[in-house]
Amino acid sequence: MYNYDVIVIGGGSAGMSAALEARKNGAEKVAILERDSRLGGILNQCIHNGFGLHYFKEELTGPEYANKFVKLVDESDIDVYLDTLVTSMTKDKKIVAVNPVDGVMNMTAKAVVLAMGCRERTAGAIAMPGSRPAGIYTAGMAQRLANIDGYLVGKKVVILGSGDIGLIMARRMTFEGAKVLAVLELMPYSSGLKRNIVQCLEDYNIPLYYSHTVTRAKGKNRLEGIYYAPVDENRRPILEQEKYIECDTLLLSVGLIPANDMALALGVETDPVTGSMAVDERRETSIEGIFASGNVLHVHDLVDNVSEESAIAGRYAGEYSKGVRENGRPYSVKASSGVRYALPQKVYSGEGKVKIFFRVGNIYKNAKLVVKSGDNVIFTKKYMILSPGEMEYVLLDKSSLSGDVSIALEV
Amino acid sequence: MYDVIIIGGGVVGASALREAVSYGMKALLLEADDDVATGTSRANSGIIHAGYDAKPNSLKAKFNVRGNALCYELAGELGIDAKRIGSLVVSTKEGLKGLEDLEKRGKENGVDVKIIRREEILRIEKNVADDIEYALYAKDGGIISPYKFTIALADNAVINGGEVILESKVVKIDNNGGKFTVYTENGKSYETKIVVNSAGGHANDINAMLGDEIYDTEFRRGDYFVLDTKEAKNISTVLFPLPDERGKGVLVAPTVDGNVIYGPTSIKVESIEDTGVTGEGLDIIRASVTKSYKCPNYRNVIRVYAGVRSIVGGDFVIKWSDKVDNYFILAGICSPGLTSAPAIGEYVAKEIADRLGKKEKKKLIPNKRTKHFASMSVDELNELVKEDPRWCKIVCRCEKVSEKEIVEAINSPVKATSVDAVKRRARAGMGRCGGGFCAPDVMEIIARELDIPLTAVKKGGKNSNIAVSYVKEDGIDV
Repeated sequence: MYNYDVIVIGGGSAGMSAALEARKNGAEKVAILERDSRLGGILNQCIHNGFGLHYFKEELTGPEYANKFVKLVDESDIDVYLDTLVTSMTKDKKIVAVNPVDGVMNMTAKAVVLAMGCRERTAGAIAMPGSRPAGIYTAGMAQRLANIDGYLVGKKVVILGSGDIGLIMARRMTFEGAKVLAVLELMPYSSGLKRNIVQCLEDYNIPLYYSHTVTRAKGKNRLEGIYYAPVDENRRPILEQEKYIECDTLLLSVGLIPANDMALALGVETDPVTGSMAVDERRETSIEGIFASGNVLHVHDLVDNVSEESAIAGRYAGEYSKGVRENGRPYSVKASSGVRYALPQKVYSGEGKVKIFFRVGNIYKNAKLVVKSGDNVIFTKKYMILSPGEMEYVLLDKSSLSGDVSIALEV
Repeated sequence: MYDVIIIGGGVVGASALREAVSYGMKALLLEADDDVATGTSRANSGIIHAGYDAKPNSLKAKFNVRGNALCYELAGELGIDAKRIGSLVVSTKEGLKGLEDLEKRGKENGVDVKIIRREEILRIEKNVADDIEYALYAKDGGIISPYKFTIALADNAVINGGEVILESKVVKIDNNGGKFTVYTENGKSYETKIVVNSAGGHANDINAMLGDEIYDTEFRRGDYFVLDTKEAKNISTVLFPLPDERGKGVLVAPTVDGNVIYGPTSIKVESIEDTGVTGEGLDIIRASVTKSYKCPNYRNVIRVYAGVRSIVGGDFVIKWSDKVDNYFILAGICSPGLTSAPAIGEYVAKEIADRLGKKEKKKLIPNKRTKHFASMSVDELNELVKEDPRWCKIVCRCEKVSEKEIVEAINSPVKATSVDAVKRRARAGMGRCGGGFCAPDVMEIIARELDIPLTAVKKGGKNSNIAVSYVKEDGIDV
């Protein structure tokens, strides 16, 4: 009854894009399993603009961007299961999912696309000292309460971490009637986009302190304030320089973690840096027929890239479900010397081009990127500046591949 | 007029209430906070101690050993889990003498203990540190959820006729010889024949109200790491280092709910309210854990917490007041207080029953075991979802908690009215996302069930509202 060619887990930007492409590329029966009561995922709470400039060549808000895909899904014959949680999945693609309408569903698929997105790192996960009163939330939770439900979580706000959600929320909280007192960033640089630092902090005179962290939260039931201090080169706080800010809210934007627990439990191969699945250029994991794309794989800066990547996963999942499979010679892709990770982790020889995304581990100025295949240099590019906050890519000719690929920086 | 009023809804107070009810007393528990188990009973190790550690003939030894048996016995009736997973006090070659002293003490206390060698240790726990040669094995050591235990005791007392009134901080007690009038902060008053002080870290406040002795009390904070359920496969027993004068040391243990904890520290603090974890405390744990445990993994930390215990001298204070008639004092119930609690409750209730001339103890109606989506079979779920679709509406994705469970938690005998109270009962928000995804949904369900505005929903405790206003109330135009 619940037998599909392709099942896509997650109905956010990644899942919708993957499902649509799977349907276009051979899969006749496609299903999206979405946990929330509507499609769109986290885009639904991202009511700011700046989405779609690359993918749609126009500037959209998150819900507008999502709705373009929702409309296409609605017009298709893809089955959408809402309020649906996958409780288990096996390597041979048997999925158990539940929702209040269908109860327990035993589903099968020829191919699966994992598109579950990511979750936010919490105060607990970073072992932040101090009490745990009301007033300490992840930036995303505050965003959901403000933008979906219409409530403000506090009036005097400090933000720890300068990830994009933190920056966006600094501006949002300001618009909605709160005073954002400071943004503290542990690292000497931001993991957020430069444009967000300018448009969300600088335009509103919100100070950003690099190499600073919260040393302790104060308050029993309600946050009364936070202590903060600069950190040394080992990122340990210098407590002699501790200061105090009175505030009722501390928002955390200290990293996003792929929500890949179910996939990892299957024993899929992982990339130690992303902490998530390693995939080939088709976004297929080490388990045949199980694909992955979007933030469950690695955290993207732009939803446009999520859509693009998921279209790849969807296309090959669709083809796989019909038994279409063309393999060139496989080569591994390794990041080294300044490049933190590269994805996909495996490419194939053949025709056409393959795009490799990468992120650097620090701020580099006047750096040269060198891509080798075997012993041959197949691509070089000079960069004025490279920063960990911006994902970059290189486009390689597959015909130039003659051995394992390495991506490195020469500074 | 109540027979007895118990002040303080920790595990000891809840246990005393339940036992009092079993004697047919008209019994009331007053709790200052908005839930039971919000003080020391919320944040401790959750260990059912075997009883080898306490000094022979001390109250600690007596109540620990009896309490150990009662914890396992009661768990079924209370509808909660208590797991007899055994405990190991491990040591290197040099520590054998210390273990032998413990073994001797354990035997004097009547506890089943034995010293075992590395080979046998590894059969019980494969991940002990490499230089561990000996261990004291106590098969009756185990684990229990301290807050679920407290809540279940209070719930059980309520369904058997006891009363629990929350948000009722006692501010004054009049003693009119044979009758007490207990006043609470919200302007209410209650009359009773007997008062039990089980206010934990606030015991001296209650003593002061009645002109009783002020105990010299030391407060010690214990910090902990909580690990993701992924780590549960690495530890199968309670692993202690050799105890020293500061306490039982930093342990590693699974929890009944499938997490793992590393902790506690034992750091002197000013007051029972000093429950903030410190970096120093976490560093102590990091340095200590490796001495007994081979594979700590801080990448899977999902939370840190701290609890404060109060210590009065070397033993528990469990006695009728020397100064005030019909006033029973429980103070300094630090470790092994959780394990001892059911035995302390049993003892206190018996003392009161004797005084009131109540002899007969009735059999209590057991708690209904709460059903959880996460542990249900497909067939069971298919049946339940027909009755109520909310069984298959998952609110907390990390711990797989359904809306139905949350509604049941809210409407349990001792109602859960805050996000934390729901979390303690139903585990929504206990997982790796820390409630980032589900807390707003839980808030909506609480608001709906209690028919209050969302802005009135609290995290837990006074003034802990999460949504403080609508957006744009003081917003700027853009």
